[in-house]
Amino acid sequence: MAAEPVIRVQRDNFDAAAESARLTEDRTDVGAVVTFTGLCRDENGTLSALELEHYPGMAEAEIGRIARQAAERWPLTGLTVIHRYGKIAPGENIVLVAAASSHRQASFEAADFLMDFLKTRAPFWKKEHRTDSSDGGWVEAKQADDTAAERW
Amino acid sequence: MTKLVYFAWVRERIGLPEEDVDLPETVKTGADLLAWMKTRGENYEAALAMDNAIRIAVDQEHVEHGEALGAPREIALFPPMTGG
Repeated sequence: MAAEPVIRVQRDNFDAAAESARLTEDRTDVGAVVTFTGLCRDENGTLSALELEHYPGMAEAEIGRIARQAAERWPLTGLTVIHRYGKIAPGENIVLVAAASSHRQASFEAADFLMDFLKTRAPFWKKEHRTDSSDGGWVEAKQADDTAAERW
Repeated sequence: MTKLVYFAWVRERIGLPEEDVDLPETVKTGADLLAWMKTRGENYEAALAMDNAIRIAVDQEHVEHGEALGAPREIALFPPMTGG
């Protein structure tokens, strides 16, 4: 891969379109960009925010390890991963994976792989805050996410 | 001294974000560490009661419970991750 993956762990929001554009800027060899944005979702009108706790240092390191695995496995021309922490309201961005390659399959598969491993290996934990000011507790890890990661 | 750091409900149940400890020589693996931690007080026992719900990272890399810890600077204990 021409460029090292770009990894950012940040409190601030990100601009998915600008991140995607950066992967194709000044080059003509990119045939495909797959961009995945994960958002904070409120299923029944009771969530006021998710609080994302993270392990500073390891969060960046672990995302870096997963991103390098993806870059070794698929012929990517560029890869950007951004994960936010702190309090995030419903509708706001949480995570971005943008994978660029010559042909679409590498971008699709790398983005899917990245998300499966971010879910199960990147040190972030979500706590729910309810609209009635009560503490909704920590979100539980899902077996389906482990199963999804195992297929790679 | 080894720095122990805790996250999410492990941190809340222990009641501390981090602490420096002298690990006894009998603590060689992650499983040994959990067993020893649980003898340190009720809060530790409550936080670490379900061994299989505790993940361990040594110097910021995931390890399995059976792996040797070596001589790390930092060990983290936390629940299964829910990012992404």
